[in-house]
Amino acid sequence: MADVEELNKPLFAGLSDVSIADDIPVEGQITVPVNSSSANDEISTLDEPVKDTILRDLKAVGQKFVHVLYPKKSSALLRDWDLWGPLLLCVSLALMLQGGSVDSKDDGGPQFAEVFVIVWFGSIIITVNSKLLGGTISFFQSLCVLGYCILPLTAAMLVCRLVLLSSSGITSFIVRLVVVSASFGWSTFASTAFLADSQPPNRKALAIYPVFLFYFVIGWMILTFSPS
Amino acid sequence: MSASEGAKNTNAEPWGGFDDNIMIQGSGSAVIDMENMDDTSGSSFEDMGEMHQRMKEEEEVAAEAAATEDDGGEDGEFLGMKGLKGQLGRQVADEVWKAGKRQASKAFNLYANIDILRPYFDVEPIQVRNRLLESMIPLKMINFPQKIAGELYGPMMLVFTMVAILLHGMKTSGTVIREGTLMGTAIGTCFGYWLGTSSFVYFVAYLCNSQITMLQMLSLLGYGLFGHCVVLFITYNVHFHSLFYILWLVIGGLSTLRMVAVLISRTVGKTSRLILCGTLAALHMLFLLYLHFAYHKIVEGILDTLEGPNVPPIQRVARDIPNVASVVANSTVRSMAVVIQSQ
Repeated sequence: MADVEELNKPLFAGLSDVSIADDIPVEGQITVPVNSSSANDEISTLDEPVKDTILRDLKAVGQKFVHVLYPKKSSALLRDWDLWGPLLLCVSLALMLQGGSVDSKDDGGPQFAEVFVIVWFGSIIITVNSKLLGGTISFFQSLCVLGYCILPLTAAMLVCRLVLLSSSGITSFIVRLVVVSASFGWSTFASTAFLADSQPPNRKALAIYPVFLFYFVIGWMILTFSPS
Repeated sequence: MSASEGAKNTNAEPWGGFDDNIMIQGSGSAVIDMENMDDTSGSSFEDMGEMHQRMKEEEEVAAEAAATEDDGGEDGEFLGMKGLKGQLGRQVADEVWKAGKRQASKAFNLYANIDILRPYFDVEPIQVRNRLLESMIPLKMINFPQKIAGELYGPMMLVFTMVAILLHGMKTSGTVIREGTLMGTAIGTCFGYWLGTSSFVYFVAYLCNSQITMLQMLSLLGYGLFGHCVVLFITYNVHFHSLFYILWLVIGGLSTLRMVAVLISRTVGKTSRLILCGTLAALHMLFLLYLHFAYHKIVEGILDTLEGPNVPPIQRVARDIPNVASVVANSTVRSMAVVIQSQ
């Protein structure tokens, strides 16, 4: 073994000397792939305008929204997770729920904080629960999926506010009930489509129950919201 | 430490050191293994978690000791070579770095230690369903200790379900809580009852010489909350007082009886049985009463008449009391102004 190594060392040394000295095609092979890779793969985010960066991120968020609205078995939500979308959805939901009780001062604060805390702590609890049950999903992937799947409920909140603007009777309640229950079902279905694969097959029901409870509480908050 | 002792031992006479050898082996790192083998839960996850934690802590201690030694050496140099300013800056930077590192490693340890809890969540859906049903069926088997599953998935989920139901009840009753949120109150009530009562009953059980562990107590009381959840969910939506009392006696009573039967089977002696089961039954049944009447529509009227507008903070008040108070104040001020102007 030692002899072989000693034999190899001078061989390599000689090769490198030769290539540096007068081997032109080797030089070409080294330089060309470096140029092409830097041109194609690494789009330098330092040089591009800020608008491009923001637009690209927004486009990624928008694509994930589409994934939630049309939940097929894709791993796009899981592969490159981000928390911008969940933050956006959570803040807009909390603001819309807040709007009703701005005028009465002691009621406004808790409402926003309550929604915020329910969304984030609820998803953290669901994530920890799925980890405890033996799920093979990373912490932030699960947070990302649960946050993005609030999208139908946020849309339902928007519809509810529009309905409440026009009328507030028994018909509007029925309309809101239908909208909220449909979006609740949609949220639960979408999140289970993404999350169920990471659970052991015999325990899916156990992991899905807290998800169901989480969206149920949010949906119920939206349904009982009334601008006073 | 064990390495140095081992070295000392090898230096001693080989024929005389036989007994010492055994003792030192026993007091060395082998102790950890023995402790873990003794563990009654017998779960490999737990052992791994504990080992991991201990190794981490030892590493941390060693690293900190090394860091302080380094500081000592360099501080001396700094005093001689540079001014006090540089030394101070360096010390502050070191402190910040150490604190940050400690926080990060603590957070990481917490996340890594999830494995320790994993055995308690090792259940199948059908097992959970059966345990939920069994929590309503008291068994009349007193002579032989009844089995309690040491599992926390069901209790945790029941507590969260109860939080959701309580939120529902608070919202429909229009309860307003000053200096706090509905969510925080609901979570505090449910977790406080679960953890507080189980530790209290565990303490009483310890005094009464009952054979039960804290984990079993948590599981028993947690599954006992299933009856509460059912009763509260029904009575927050259907407002009949007679219905509530019937459900309270039947469903709440059944789940309490189940727990009482389990505790009786694991306790010896009439007095201790009476004390333990009386405590648990009273707490459990009264908690259901409290939850029903504290967050129910009718209580608003009672609060109005009892407390009036001058309510101290951290108390539930009806939604319109501040408005009424301000309206009254405004009208009195206005009328006084009118009277003064007319004069």
